[in-house]
Amino acid sequence: MALTYVAIATTTVGSGGAANIEFTSIPGTYTDLVIKASLRDTRNGPANDFSMEINGAATNRTYKALKGDGSTVTTFSGSTATIGVEDGDTATASTFANVEIYIPNYAGSNNKSISADSAQENNQSAAEVWMVASLWSQTAAITSLKLVPGNGFSYKQYSTATLYGIKNTV
Amino acid sequence: MPTKLVVDCSTGVTTEVELTAEEIAQREADAAAYAEQKAAEDAAAAARAEAKANAEAKLAALGLTADEIAAL
Repeated sequence: MALTYVAIATTTVGSGGAANIEFTSIPGTYTDLVIKASLRDTRNGPANDFSMEINGAATNRTYKALKGDGSTVTTFSGSTATIGVEDGDTATASTFANVEIYIPNYAGSNNKSISADSAQENNQSAAEVWMVASLWSQTAAITSLKLVPGNGFSYKQYSTATLYGIKNTV
Repeated sequence: MPTKLVVDCSTGVTTEVELTAEEIAQREADAAAYAEQKAAEDAAAAARAEAKANAEAKLAALGLTADEIAAL
């Protein structure tokens, strides 16, 4: 891993679960941000979508997604903060989705582009992989990021999320 | 009371915080919308399965074998 890749903060969901995970007071001293997460939620199904709110809001967002599940490939788009897929509670036991979200130039004064890839871990006939390109049409610097399970569900124990900062110089 | 995890990047400290009334209302609205959507999807899937079974029964009555029906 490059020397310019710095872990800013990390967290793990406890036994009571969590409705969402929010990183606040993100310093503006890096070039880019990366979230790496391992996520599973309480939905009674193998997979669930999740969103990422920016600076406390899910508005001013658009996205385009490419999804594969082992047999079918689909594309879709929307005007929400949807950012990927995570394990639901009927996915293979003790597995968690692998997630990476990349946010370049997060402290700049242009609209913010975001790319995300997420792979649902599920040792069954279907397992989803999503690639998402998202846009936040706001020029403010990003100071908080919140991961939110879709459809009102909660994160399961042992879900983790780590926020990294990337500098383009050592 | 549902809680969320707030990670303060200036300190690295994670705090478990109870949701606000607004956040709870949003979660409940999301859950209700999901339940409604799920019920509609389940009903549509059941209708499709019933239609498929009816069609297969009619094809079998016309003399098609199971393999021939599956090949359609």
